[in-house]
Amino acid sequence: MGDALLSLDGVAKRFANGTEALRGLSFAVAPGEFVALLGPSGCGKSTALRLAAGLLMPDEGAVAHAAGDVGFVFQEPTLMPWADALANARLPLDIKGVPRGEANERARAALARAGLAGFEHAFPRELSGGMKMRVSLARALCSFIAPARPKLLLLDEPFAALDEITRWRLGDDLLRLWREERAREDAPLTVLFVTHSVSESSYLSSRVLVMTPRPGRVAADIALAPGRDSRLAPATIDAQRRISDALTEAMSGTAAA
Amino acid sequence: MKRIWNAVLPLAVAALVLGAWEWAVAHWQVPPYVLPAPSAIVRAFLDNFSSLMAALASTLTVTLEAFAAATVLGVAAAAGFSQSRLLERTLYPYAVILQVTPVVAIAPLILIWVGFERINLALAIIAAIVAFFPILAGATLGLKSADFNLIDLTRLYGASRWQTLWRVRLPTALPYLLSGMKTAGGLALIGAVVAEFVAGSGTATGLAWRIVESGNRLEIATLFAALALLAFAGIAIFAALSLLEWALLRRWHESAIRAPR
Repeated sequence: MGDALLSLDGVAKRFANGTEALRGLSFAVAPGEFVALLGPSGCGKSTALRLAAGLLMPDEGAVAHAAGDVGFVFQEPTLMPWADALANARLPLDIKGVPRGEANERARAALARAGLAGFEHAFPRELSGGMKMRVSLARALCSFIAPARPKLLLLDEPFAALDEITRWRLGDDLLRLWREERAREDAPLTVLFVTHSVSESSYLSSRVLVMTPRPGRVAADIALAPGRDSRLAPATIDAQRRISDALTEAMSGTAAA
Repeated sequence: MKRIWNAVLPLAVAALVLGAWEWAVAHWQVPPYVLPAPSAIVRAFLDNFSSLMAALASTLTVTLEAFAAATVLGVAAAAGFSQSRLLERTLYPYAVILQVTPVVAIAPLILIWVGFERINLALAIIAAIVAFFPILAGATLGLKSADFNLIDLTRLYGASRWQTLWRVRLPTALPYLLSGMKTAGGLALIGAVVAEFVAGSGTATGLAWRIVESGNRLEIATLFAALALLAFAGIAIFAALSLLEWALLRRWHESAIRAPR
């Protein structure tokens, strides 16, 4: 795992209120991968993602990533209601002190890539749930500032609060973004995607890590075959079956223990 | 249409009350040192126009100085509290003590300490003490109300505490702060008036002193004119702060936005 972009090794995390979120969590993500972290509610998926971002420190074990910058998308859009879409997307650039003209240009481009060209000056309250999520995604794209460094995009159930049609469209757009960026020699885009949707993980990701109920650890590591060109392609359905089986086993395994 | 009624109805009530007042004073021949007629009050206002305006200017200056000081100090203290729980736990009780102690009881001390030769400074300090707490309380609550996921994001981007304060905490606090400022604006005026009362005649030159003086001389019409000026000053302060609130929040905050109907 020497060339991993992100690695968690024997990670344990217990919160101050006594909840043991993770125990013995280990996995590695290679540059350019799209990995889904799948598990039941409360299994510590979000905690694992926060650890990966460095927003939390593990009690035991080690977390390391080699990315130049980390982008993060929460389940909620988490926008600044007082700022328009452009200023929201620009936040990472503003904090890093990128000159306003250049920052505006980059934020504009990021909004366009996230499908929001023409909405630069709309305020969050004027946008639909899906559009707010797109601003959040554009902001994450703007956090990749270091040139020629690998990018790590962490998404915490980003589409869970959206209706199914919006979820599908955003999923397709995310996939397109990743495909455009993953092959870039100098700065490949790596995605770690927390979800509790089997169908979403089977279609979007190239690899699925199935987690056990709390305290979470990886129960199955499933590499998915190519050919999942649509949500109903035979390869996608086959992947769903494999993921479902692994999830059932992960759930019952602990129930028996 | 609704907006017109909003203005017309209170004005109609005022006209009705003033008319009845004028009529009652004439009908029962109430002596002017008990209750002057509205027309007599207007006459007293016009007769004493320049001195009343000078008194208004004096009271308003003290009020605005106190309000500005309370705002700056309140926001600064709240910003300090938002950075350090220890600081908040240590100092917040003293802010509460300052708030619950009646200002009339502290005013004589402050007048003595600051000195009657710097009377306006003493008045402004007393009024600022009264206006300080709502701003501190509003700003403290507001700065703490910031979305913690948003704060985590700024951490992820490597923001300094100052950047997080400026870009996330302060804008979040704005509606709370403005609400505190609206309360504090009225309180600053009350504080200035109370301070003038405590300072007594001969030292202060504001509207409160004119009220005391007019009362002593049984010039009740002038007293009413000064009282009306005070009320208008309070309304003007509240209106100005409401306008500021509208200007700052109208694009984004729930309080300023009407649901589509």
